[in-house]
Amino acid sequence: MDGSHHFATRRDVLRYASAAGALIVAAPLSACSRRPGESVAIADGPPAAVGAFIVIRPDETVLIAFPNPEMGQGVDTSLPMLIAEELDADFDKVETTQMPLELKYGDDGEITWKYAIQGSGGSTSITEHWDGLRRAGATARQLLVGAAAADWTVDASEITVAKGVIRHETSGRTTTFGAIASAAAQLEPPTQEPALKPRDEFTLIGTSQKMKNARAIVTGKAVYGIDAEMAGMVHAVMARCPYFDGTARSVDERAARAIPGVREIVKIDRPPLDGPYSVQAEGYAVVADSVWAAMKGRDALVIDWDHGPYAAETSAGFKDHCRDLLSGEGQIVRDDGDFDAAFAAAATTHEAHYWEPYVSHAPLEPQNCIVHVRDGSVDVIAPTQSPSGANRNIARVLDRDRLSIKVQPTRLGGGFGRRLSTDYAVEAALISDAVRKPVKLLWTRDDDLRHDFYRPSGMHHLRAGFDADGKMIAWTHRLASASKYYRRPNMPETNYYRAELYTDDFPAQLVENLRVEYFSAKSGAPRGSWRAPAHTANAFVVQSFLDEIAAARDEDPLDLRLRLLGEPQELSYEQHGGPVFNPGRLAGVLRLAAEKAGYGAPMPAGRGRGIAAHFTFGGYVAQVVDVEVSAEGHLRVPRVVAAVDVGTVVNPNGIAAQLESGVNDGLSTALRLAINIEGGRVTDGNFDTYQLMRIADAPREIETHIIDNGDASAGMGEMGLPPLAPALANAIFQATGTRIRNLPIGDQLSA
Amino acid sequence: MVQLTVNGESREFSGDEEMPLLWYLREDAGLKGVKFGCGIAQCGACTVHIDGQAIRSCVTPVAAVDGASITTIEGLSDGETLHPVQQAWIEEDVAQCGYCQAGQIMAVAAMLEETPNPSDDDIDRNLTNICRCGTYYRLRKAVHRAASLKRGG
Repeated sequence: MDGSHHFATRRDVLRYASAAGALIVAAPLSACSRRPGESVAIADGPPAAVGAFIVIRPDETVLIAFPNPEMGQGVDTSLPMLIAEELDADFDKVETTQMPLELKYGDDGEITWKYAIQGSGGSTSITEHWDGLRRAGATARQLLVGAAAADWTVDASEITVAKGVIRHETSGRTTTFGAIASAAAQLEPPTQEPALKPRDEFTLIGTSQKMKNARAIVTGKAVYGIDAEMAGMVHAVMARCPYFDGTARSVDERAARAIPGVREIVKIDRPPLDGPYSVQAEGYAVVADSVWAAMKGRDALVIDWDHGPYAAETSAGFKDHCRDLLSGEGQIVRDDGDFDAAFAAAATTHEAHYWEPYVSHAPLEPQNCIVHVRDGSVDVIAPTQSPSGANRNIARVLDRDRLSIKVQPTRLGGGFGRRLSTDYAVEAALISDAVRKPVKLLWTRDDDLRHDFYRPSGMHHLRAGFDADGKMIAWTHRLASASKYYRRPNMPETNYYRAELYTDDFPAQLVENLRVEYFSAKSGAPRGSWRAPAHTANAFVVQSFLDEIAAARDEDPLDLRLRLLGEPQELSYEQHGGPVFNPGRLAGVLRLAAEKAGYGAPMPAGRGRGIAAHFTFGGYVAQVVDVEVSAEGHLRVPRVVAAVDVGTVVNPNGIAAQLESGVNDGLSTALRLAINIEGGRVTDGNFDTYQLMRIADAPREIETHIIDNGDASAGMGEMGLPPLAPALANAIFQATGTRIRNLPIGDQLSA
Repeated sequence: MVQLTVNGESREFSGDEEMPLLWYLREDAGLKGVKFGCGIAQCGACTVHIDGQAIRSCVTPVAAVDGASITTIEGLSDGETLHPVQQAWIEEDVAQCGYCQAGQIMAVAAMLEETPNPSDDDIDRNLTNICRCGTYYRLRKAVHRAASLKRGG
């Protein structure tokens, strides 16, 4: 992105390009199927055409628009690499920019993607675009080669391309992308799909590339949603009901309206409680000439809130509720063999309960959105992981045709799943509809922490049984939680478990008698997708429990895992990240991480080295965490060593960056993070109590070791997080003998 | 009337002097590299230099900077020549979402004036800005690299 706070629309790009005699490729290409399972709600319709924008300029620079929103996961670099590989561009001359949302009506009359899927979630960006973006690059290459072949009257098959230079070997003639682009733009796109490179001919994919937009970031010029502007816009800040699903009994607006610069106060109604969220909460928007006036106006509102249907909810009460549920019988969602009989017959048995709190996404850029509602059109500038969701939900509340709503995603100041929800965009649309001006809505930090869609909280109960020969013969995982699947159309409560327990997760299919049981708990806290959703809880629980079993059996924790995982084989995995789970690949990352970390070496007093591994959305990650615990119970993590197998790697530097991010996110969350509820409202309103980790607690060493056996590419946005908490808990056990079963760790070691 | 210098340019402000400097810089001066994260001086995304000191502008009223000289991320580099901290950030490829990084860079640039060769413990004591993406591993390496670049290394 350049320094402008206004965004180039696609039309602007085209105009610029044609004026400068550039080649533009915006070719709808092959079908791209979505992966099955619990992929996040970024698709609006059936599998869609894939294409991309490539602008080749006369000065040899190549502008590539990446379709998915960039929130720090590196798609502004990795997705253009897919195009540039097949284009044979010089990646040093590639600039990248965010593509606006492009939709169309499909042949069936339903809205679909015009060129490519455009959502960021579920670690799917690379897998979704692996074929389509490479084909887009190959198509552009074919046009460039075709233009050169015509110019030289030679056969295109005799032409080679490398780093933006087109060469005819026998005649020795050469030209460049920039020189031939104008001629190439006159050619008809090929009707047949161009051939793609075999893997061994890749020259860019698999090489470490630095982030494309780094200079804009370090100079303060990168444009986030909060930095964008529309001409003539006004500012809005909202006072929302802090009580879950509460309403306003009365409001006194007089003092707010008296604040200089305050223009309007707009009521936003609570959505119906039996349907999906449009906005999350009832509230009043103060519309003003400046952010500051809007904030002061909000502070001056006097609102009497009804405390809503969850007025009695507390964190402690919710924990009791989950414990009570677990004492009964739940919904059995997987039942292999005969767990009860096997457990009863087991020579040794193990049992433990674990607790996971609600946590917040807390992206550092608070929610914000600019919307301009006019009679025939709606313009939206939003930091969103789901521009199509913003389009769909704004269309619904305003009763507009979806194609009349243009959405320009900006760079996101963090997402972590929060920005899959589009409530803040809908709020901005409703406010703009009321005042008929461009409205920039800004959330403050307390808005964000108190009105998040939290990572579900729950209590887990695990039991396992071993026979006299040491073989695990029985396993059960019981979970009571408030699922993130609720208030969704066509989602009966019997399906709520699907978001919280992935029934094919390890050790399913590796234990003869295995039962998975779910209890749907009641809570007013809004829930949603938080980075690596249920894997964060379940990896902690399963990998901690294995460690407890190993300790009780006096068996090495790594050895126990390896013998349970066994030999490589293709197990069925029907949830997101499937269709296959290969336990051999999980064993592979465990062995590599253990070897690189020196796992198993004796540790001095007060130190521990824990290991854990998890299969997340198609990726296999193992981590070895070192911990030092002082006599006062202060803990430090000096080093984390990780092994990663996410199939074919596009950008190894990006893999390491996401692994490091997952480690720090996992550590930050395990150390101190919990959202506390009292009286049906969230009490945490800022980072003074919701204490995100700072550099002093971050590991000084993080090693990422990559296994790339050429398997299909998985993503890397989420996989680095789940193993951290259990590996840490296992290290703490080794260092102190204290077993962490409740998160966050907080002051448990000093108590 | 508040008079101040922002990135070398003299400016005057005659509005609500209780307004935090953050909003003056972002909305009035158009310097959007200064970021809003928490509003209570916890996260440091709004860090700017006031007379050379790293200050969190979200809790600093405009009235408090009368006569002061303020530098934001936009004024840190010498034209197209990046400040060593900015250069180190690119070389270590620190940023992910990038939202906190302008504040981080301003905090580090000020720290290196006081502590030109910081140890890891110095970094832990002095840098309290939050990075939600968790770029701390590279960030620490970049601080050491920036110190080295600044010394001409």
